[in-house]
Amino acid sequence: MSDTSPARTMIGPYEQTAAAKAAYDARFERLLACARLEQPDRMPVAMQSFFWPATYGGITYKELMYDYDKAKKVCFDVVAEFEPDGVYPLLMGTNMGRSLELLDFKQLQWPGHGVGDMQPFQYLDREYMKAEEYDDFLFDPTGFYLHTYLPRVAGAFAGLAKLPDFPGLHYFRLVGGIRPFALPEVRESFEQIVAAAEETNRFFANHVDWVQKIGAAGFPLINGGNSIAPYDFIADYFRGATGMMKDLFRHKDKLKQVLDKAAVFIARMTIANAKAAQHPIVFIPIHWAPDAFMSPKQFEEFWWPSFRRLMITLIEADLIPMPLWEADCTKRLEVIKDIPPGKCIYWFERTDMLKAFEVLGDRVALRGNLSPSLLTTGTPDQVDAAVKQLVDGVWRKGGKLILDGAFGIPDETPTPNVRAMFDAARKYAG
Amino acid sequence: MAKPAEQWTDEERQLVEWLADMNEDDALPLAKRFLLEDKVDPMHVLDLCRAAMDIVGKRFEEGEYFLPELVLAGEMLDTIGAVAKPLVKAAGGGAVQTHGRVLIGTVHGDLHDIGKNIVTFMLDINGFEVKDIGVDVPVQTFIDEIKAYQPSVVGLSGFLTLAFDSMKETIGAFDAAGMRSGFKVMIGGGQIDETVRAYTGADAFGVNAVEAVALCRDWMGVAQ
Repeated sequence: MSDTSPARTMIGPYEQTAAAKAAYDARFERLLACARLEQPDRMPVAMQSFFWPATYGGITYKELMYDYDKAKKVCFDVVAEFEPDGVYPLLMGTNMGRSLELLDFKQLQWPGHGVGDMQPFQYLDREYMKAEEYDDFLFDPTGFYLHTYLPRVAGAFAGLAKLPDFPGLHYFRLVGGIRPFALPEVRESFEQIVAAAEETNRFFANHVDWVQKIGAAGFPLINGGNSIAPYDFIADYFRGATGMMKDLFRHKDKLKQVLDKAAVFIARMTIANAKAAQHPIVFIPIHWAPDAFMSPKQFEEFWWPSFRRLMITLIEADLIPMPLWEADCTKRLEVIKDIPPGKCIYWFERTDMLKAFEVLGDRVALRGNLSPSLLTTGTPDQVDAAVKQLVDGVWRKGGKLILDGAFGIPDETPTPNVRAMFDAARKYAG
Repeated sequence: MAKPAEQWTDEERQLVEWLADMNEDDALPLAKRFLLEDKVDPMHVLDLCRAAMDIVGKRFEEGEYFLPELVLAGEMLDTIGAVAKPLVKAAGGGAVQTHGRVLIGTVHGDLHDIGKNIVTFMLDINGFEVKDIGVDVPVQTFIDEIKAYQPSVVGLSGFLTLAFDSMKETIGAFDAAGMRSGFKVMIGGGQIDETVRAYTGADAFGVNAVEAVALCRDWMGVAQ
């Protein structure tokens, strides 16, 4: 080879310079070193948000939901300015407005659809599966999805309720049984689903392009795929909050069976997605673990076993689970400590990080947790002081801390406070 | 006059115990039998429910019970109430002495209601008269409802960070309308802390339903 110029790396259509590659590798290694409980060269800082990039870039939340180009630009600009060590797949959390419209998705209101153009989306907590439908779910989850669940949560699937039961389609019965496929409402559903899928392909291509662009500029994602705790999956998306709480008394055995079943297919889905994304870290927002939501006994009986099993399955597949323990989980720390060391990143929202470090410091890396009230209503000096407190209390004592907001950067955060967070991290921890 | 506890029958005591212990399968048929077959005074059955809910509330305050128990207790109470209340009306009775009025709602822009519902339930079983005006409540609706209901305490609920500004705006409107001296304002919800209390101008905040009850007791001079 006669060419002695530095090796050029192409990431998709974008050229990554040698300097950008080195920066990318160093950033990614910081995250992985923390997860392994090894000392990185400096404290990494993560960037996660839903609508704050719109606030920063001067576009509406609705535009962030619907406009692929504007969304990609603001989500690139926030990364380029603040230089985080790991970035949440920002577009995946917001930019799917067109797909949601085409699906006639019913579980959410989003900017431009049910809430104002400058309001964040809101999940509609409802009973999407009735208590008497546990048996249907357990007997044949796919059939339950096709005939009942999907038509309930997305209008595009309405016609699928008319599809035959697939088990039972055999021999000549197969010929007779397929007649529903010719029904006008079934055809219409398939057409709507295909249209939504084509839109999702455009949305996804835009996301991939953004990932390549930030990657070429030297910035890795902090996670590829997402996952969910089995209990939260059933509580949030099937039974609804109050339905689930009543099930702890009325349907405890069936609930446990569903949780066991869900843990298996959630694990399969998560591993497949993580492999496709070629990223080991899996983000798992945790909704129903907080101290106030159930007793320690209920937590250990209903919540923790299926989630622990899911985490162990992910770890065995060489993935790094990164649960975000929402609200205050102080009383759960001793229980959730029961995982192999150096395999997970635990992100805490309101749990006292010093206490979390004391209990879990030799077991997991930590992430978080500047308070949302501070970030949205405080001053840059107060943000600086809060970062210093975390650095002194955790990082300087050997804690493998990835700095972030309690649940990322709140939508309304003034940009100077975000700047203060990143500046303070460099000032106090490398 | 309520029948004193020492005069309750064994079955009445049993109902209180089953309700307090979350034994729904046994408690509901017994309560219905009292009301529909044994023709027990419906006000007395509601008194028994209230006694059971006192125990539930105490167990919640002491950290033995959590949200699932409150939700189930609330549902048992609703089921029995639905049978008892028409009978109470038919008998022409019903006015219950309360500690005072609390108006509660989730501020505009926010649709979350679980926390608000739990606070409403806990205030109710602790002897307060509570009016819940729902979620995503516009500022003007709060003002109109306050004028009509004349509460001693107004509770603003919110889970999203956008609720900080909605609460500030709502409380600011109370001040601007010159009505703030008539009641106390408490705020609560997932992200609420002292920083948010100061930002919104609320009188106090609570991180759970027990704290909301304590604030109302304190403000209305109810013995703990």
